[in-house]
Amino acid sequence: MSNLSANLVAYRTIARREIVRILRIWTQTLIPPVITITLYFVIFGKLIGGRIGTIEGFTYMQFIVPGMVMMSVINNSYMNISSSFFGAKFQRSVEEMLVAPMSNWVILAGYVTGAVARALAVGVLVLVVALFFTNLHLVHPLIALVSVTLGAIIFALAGFINAMYAKKFDDIALVPTFIITPLTYLGGVFYSIKMMSEPWQTISRANPILYMVNTFRFGVLGISDVSVGPALLVMVGFVIALGVLAVHLLKRGVGLRS
Amino acid sequence: MSPQHPETAPALVVDNLRKTYGNGVEALKGISLTVQQGDFFALLGPNGAGKSTLIGILSSLVSSTGGDARIFGISVNQQRNEAMKLIGLVPQEINFNQFEKPFDICVNEAGFYGIPRKIAAVRAEKYLKELRLWDKAYHQARELSGGMKRRLMIARAMMNEPRLLILDEPTAGVDIEIRRSMWHFVSGINAAGTTVILTTHYLEEAEQLCRNIAIIDHGTIVEDTTMKRLLAKLDVETFVLDTAEPVSTPPTLDGIALRRVDERTLEAEIARTHDLNSLFAALSAHGITVTSMRNKTNRLEELFVRLVEGGRNGAKEQAA
Repeated sequence: MSNLSANLVAYRTIARREIVRILRIWTQTLIPPVITITLYFVIFGKLIGGRIGTIEGFTYMQFIVPGMVMMSVINNSYMNISSSFFGAKFQRSVEEMLVAPMSNWVILAGYVTGAVARALAVGVLVLVVALFFTNLHLVHPLIALVSVTLGAIIFALAGFINAMYAKKFDDIALVPTFIITPLTYLGGVFYSIKMMSEPWQTISRANPILYMVNTFRFGVLGISDVSVGPALLVMVGFVIALGVLAVHLLKRGVGLRS
Repeated sequence: MSPQHPETAPALVVDNLRKTYGNGVEALKGISLTVQQGDFFALLGPNGAGKSTLIGILSSLVSSTGGDARIFGISVNQQRNEAMKLIGLVPQEINFNQFEKPFDICVNEAGFYGIPRKIAAVRAEKYLKELRLWDKAYHQARELSGGMKRRLMIARAMMNEPRLLILDEPTAGVDIEIRRSMWHFVSGINAAGTTVILTTHYLEEAEQLCRNIAIIDHGTIVEDTTMKRLLAKLDVETFVLDTAEPVSTPPTLDGIALRRVDERTLEAEIARTHDLNSLFAALSAHGITVTSMRNKTNRLEELFVRLVEGGRNGAKEQAA
């Protein structure tokens, strides 16, 4: 068996194991985010949003749906990989993979696939729930798919790196609490940055999540606060940079080998 | 080290292997040893001697700071993946996902080695049955007893059908019946051609199973020989004798140190050159009937303690 085909078998094994795990504990992995987002839709979309009026020709409910989907995707991608990989470190079951003759990228790709699968599954569920509250049709489906997938991959890679460095469960909760959640809420999920005065508009442009939310919003509604082409390129750049960093850290065995 | 063909090379060659951890602890101080193909090799040493560090380096979980190890001629440093294909590892600590099922743990392990799922499923059934775990194959692993978990780690290590199986204290905390069934299994795979390296604190286990032995202490090899030669170094053995009648004062015997433990128990320290018949004859002549006899300690245990303590005393003298 060639190294490539052996690596592909190993990749499928890790990805399959991750997806089986997500489905086995679906009440923890798939349902809670859908309930949370449904509450957002009821409170912000229906009760408060009804009084806000339209933004760039869309109801407030329609406007926030893409951001809500992207927020769910980002959070679930990050949480899935960081908790699963750190759990494997904590239980030492990660050693099964570290001893095996597979390439480092295989471990990374397998975990990222699991995280992206959960993130997209949650994203689809949130989108389906949104259809109970408002009408939507995808203006640019391919851009929507590419941007949501890139967003999921970026945060999966970031979550993986976080889990590598983490020494206790608290360490994987710090980044979502103090970095991802504030950036997401300030990343144009609930508003257009055009509604902000300077310098806040310019400051907001330093937030990477703004680009993810807006490229996905462009794919769904056809409107965006940022230029979609460059934003997609920056996202691809993030994927490459974080991917290279994660493989490098795996090769060095950071947090894994002594 | 020059490269050797995997079919003819020794199962393991460790060459001047060193490991100094980040905190400055020198766990291995340039050790060298060779394990031949088909051997059943004991690697013994007290806690903290460097055994687990050595096994960690062989399995690539720990990186060495000097030297190299070759598994069937393949360098762990230079061709890690090729070397890892040839080994199976049963670690000291339980390290599988306790929420998975034994069957899935085994099949996934095979998958990590690039073995297709169909073949993996057949092997998983085979080894889980051989290790008497098949009836638990679809239970969560956390429901298994301690002994079952240890056997599951052996089954898992067999999934890539390794040419070198490394067992790091596989029977720790396991009752004697399960320990014997594990010995039986491991002896069987060794007889079928798999080289086995065993670390254990149960020295009778090493004495019974292993043909060659290395003792490691403070990061250095203090003994590397055959089990026979090592046991031959034991010049004196101590036997515990149970007597039919109470003995108030033990008789003085020529060439045998006799000590009273309690009224019906004696201890006899006897040189290996001295035959046991003369002991019994001398005791009979003094009207003492022996009803049963046993070794005071395991023979290997006596040697092990002597070697390790000898090394420590030597180190203390040097320091002084």
